[in-house]
Amino acid sequence: MKKVSQVAGKAIPLNRADVDTDQIIPKQFLKRIERSGFGEFAFFDWKKDPSFVTNDPRHAGAPILLAQQNFGCGSSREHAVWAIEDMGVAAIIAPSFGDIFRTNCSKVGLVTVQLPQQDVDFLMSRSEELPDAPIVVDVAKQTVTVPGTGWERRFEVDPFVKHRLLNGLDDIGLTLQHVDAIAAFEAKRDPLKPTTEGAFKETAKFG
Amino acid sequence: MSEPRTIIEKIWDEHVVRREPGEPDLLYIDLHLVHEVTSPQAFESLRMTGRRVRRPDLTLATVDHNVPTTDRSIPNPDPLSAQQIETMRANCKEFEVPLWDIFDIRQGIVHIISPERGLTQPGMTIVCGDSHTSTHGAFGALAFGIGTSEVEHVLATQTLPQGRPRTMAVEVIGTLQTGVTAKDVVLAVIRTIGVDGGIGHVIEYRGDVIRSLSMEGRMTVCNMTIEGGARAGLVAPDETTFAYLKGREFAPAGEDWERAVERWKALVTDEGARFHRTVTLRGEEIEPHVTWGTTPAQSVGVTAVVPKPEEAPTASARETAQRSLKYMDLKAGTRIQDIRIDRVFLGSCTNGRIEDLRAASKIVQGKRVAAGVKAMVVPGSGLVKQQAEAEGLDAIFREAGFEWREPGCSMCLGMNPDILLPGERCASTSNRNFEGRQGAGGRTHLVSPEMAAAAAIAGHFVDVRKL
Ligand code: SF4
Repeated sequence: MKKVSQVAGKAIPLNRADVDTDQIIPKQFLKRIERSGFGEFAFFDWKKDPSFVTNDPRHAGAPILLAQQNFGCGSSREHAVWAIEDMGVAAIIAPSFGDIFRTNCSKVGLVTVQLPQQDVDFLMSRSEELPDAPIVVDVAKQTVTVPGTGWERRFEVDPFVKHRLLNGLDDIGLTLQHVDAIAAFEAKRDPLKPTTEGAFKETAKFG
Repeated sequence: MSEPRTIIEKIWDEHVVRREPGEPDLLYIDLHLVHEVTSPQAFESLRMTGRRVRRPDLTLATVDHNVPTTDRSIPNPDPLSAQQIETMRANCKEFEVPLWDIFDIRQGIVHIISPERGLTQPGMTIVCGDSHTSTHGAFGALAFGIGTSEVEHVLATQTLPQGRPRTMAVEVIGTLQTGVTAKDVVLAVIRTIGVDGGIGHVIEYRGDVIRSLSMEGRMTVCNMTIEGGARAGLVAPDETTFAYLKGREFAPAGEDWERAVERWKALVTDEGARFHRTVTLRGEEIEPHVTWGTTPAQSVGVTAVVPKPEEAPTASARETAQRSLKYMDLKAGTRIQDIRIDRVFLGSCTNGRIEDLRAASKIVQGKRVAAGVKAMVVPGSGLVKQQAEAEGLDAIFREAGFEWREPGCSMCLGMNPDILLPGERCASTSNRNFEGRQGAGGRTHLVSPEMAAAAAIAGHFVDVRKL
């Protein structure tokens, strides 16, 4: 995972609630077995509408996505995170996020910032009116600021996620440092728990 | 005496491998289910880092999302989907993971095949790269969906770092009216808590109505937990659970069975244990439900009309409702029973089990699908299909004019050729009515199997209580 300490720049104001991951990346693109190249298909159906916000050249190349409540609900497809990341977005600010989506973001190093509704609304309308005005998300300080205005808000971030973001740490590598604890746990595990070994057994085929 | 705990906390505590202040708990995973869509990048990354699958014997793979539901002896016409299925095979072979492939009778939707073989058991932690993993909670397991990075993490370590969730009790008390099903219960729950009401929580479903549901019904309820924003939902195990599991292939047998049941019986929420939040619904008040919008919370009883967006409680809900009505091409005030449909889809991990097919077949028996309506049944697994055929259900559906297909996810998400055409309106037993979910421009109304079957016959929604 790459290190992220600060994300600064303009924003894409996606002013819709309950945006599900089916909208972020529709199913026809989930057949790919690669991890990259999803950006051009992000919001595929909505993008057909020329007035959709990601088509607006004023917001092109923005590293911040502003969204409304429950952003990224629905399917667990991490492809949605890869697509947003591939668009060049490094931080998303919203009043709330789908749980799985938010976890997925934390695994790839996409910063998610939860702010109260009125603060998101403020940033949303400001970025609609002044699309070039930058917003700064500081992971270390846990703040969102609008430079030149004195507007600053603090946000909560899971301390472990913050630690991983700031140091670019890979989750699996961290867990594997505790492989002895895992082995010790396995040694004491309930032997009545099922295994899938029997699943290898051949059974009747379709007639 | 230790603090009274909920079933959620009991399962959680038993699976903590490591707990350190300031870090998420490291949880052990008892069963990892894998499918072809969310796993290729995880296996690829294992390969690149030279890692192995730690516990192939706690892992099971199948192919379900992409598979054709038509004759499988004909080569898959979609090269990309064929490649994804082939990739699953190659990965399973290389990493020695058992796979129930398309010609195996045990193949089917990942959330159907594990319970039906008795692999899903009380007290387990179960994950899958799929948000409807919550289904397995019906057995009193802590089961939740994960993304591909987490899939890789579980493959490599058989553990997951997880922050402790908040707990929510959803109580459905009283009794249900005849004709009202588990699907209607869960649609009513989501309508009550909202699509984001469960964020950050694990739900325990409680109350007489939940206790009276069959295992299939409990799976339907737990399945849609994610549509209310919660990653996991469960039902404490009881005699219904034990009766369902007994004798199934992966369930403990002989003396082990007795010992296992003793352990499972301890998995109940202690008297006096506290939930962060409690929501109560009355069973008698729940009608058969139909969604009218593009989120699973946008539903009403079948006797109602499409609601007015102006009456939504918040500005953002009003805007969402307006967008939904536009997408669905519906007008506020239209009677639900006046909405005509073009397609009917019976299947999915929500309602593709044998009990669902039995219930729907009773309604269509001896009748014909309405003129102009295309209806299909997609059994959730090879074994569901086999059982249904043994009971003659396939004949009932076929004679009524339904198509009878091979098992898979099919038109629940339309990754294979089973899709709605733009503008087509579908009564669907699946779980998501999101824009374009069943095909770009398609319009989905979520209903129970009984309601879908009745709509197929009438050509529009009808109140199954009146049949
Ligand atoms: S049936 Fe639908 S919801 Fe269930 S696993 Fe398949 S695609 Fe997902």
